[in-house]
Amino acid sequence: MSLRTPLANARGLGSAKEGVDHWWKQRLTAIALVPLMLWLGFSVAMIGTADYYSVVEWIAQPVNSALLILSIAVGLWHGVLGLQSVIEDYIGAEAARLTVLILIQFAAALLALAGILAVLRITLGV
Amino acid sequence: MAADRERPLSPHLQVYRLPLAAVLSITHRITGVALALGAVLMVLLLVAAASGSQVYTAVYPLTAHWLGQLILFGFTVALYYHMCAGIRHLFWDAGYGYELDTVRRTSWLVMGGAVALSVLTWIVAIAANGS
Repeated sequence: MSLRTPLANARGLGSAKEGVDHWWKQRLTAIALVPLMLWLGFSVAMIGTADYYSVVEWIAQPVNSALLILSIAVGLWHGVLGLQSVIEDYIGAEAARLTVLILIQFAAALLALAGILAVLRITLGV
Repeated sequence: MAADRERPLSPHLQVYRLPLAAVLSITHRITGVALALGAVLMVLLLVAAASGSQVYTAVYPLTAHWLGQLILFGFTVALYYHMCAGIRHLFWDAGYGYELDTVRRTSWLVMGGAVALSVLTWIVAIAANGS
């Protein structure tokens, strides 16, 4: 007798109907990032060497705040999916692979939160 | 009968000249990883801006230094390269552009697009800031 349920015998053996999930989300975020990154690239070029006040003023404009938050969220999401593919390809040892994958996801979550809070703080004028 | 000596693996990276498409493929990966690091810098700059004028003014000169500018230029090229190569991937995903001639042509298109967009962005930057 064992404490394990028979479910363990079925796990990982067949389709869970999520086979294209990673692939699809990588493409979905990629499509969204094309206009977002064109906007970001040329916007940053326009602000360039601006002083603190013009930078903050630019970030605080509603359209810019919205697109910045979207860029952070979608960009980091796409980044996590991409790094996951790279890690899965190059790190063979399962423990190391899992550790790096977890660290990447935690780091991305922290970065996304920090970036979005920074934009909100500027745009809400706290 | 098992081979009694180690056979070379293919492609043997030290002696094998990668086809153009393979060079672009590995560059897509490398720029992708680089851009993830670039995202860290972007968020740090935003956090600096949100921390007030003192912090921002302390961090800002780093981006104006020639080394900072060089890194920023590198990220511009990486961004547009990854974008152009990524768009080609989307066409492949849709089932288009697998003919070898087409692949060769779109390879140059990807590189040309990345260079053109980078140069255009920096022309805008220099025009807008006069430096």
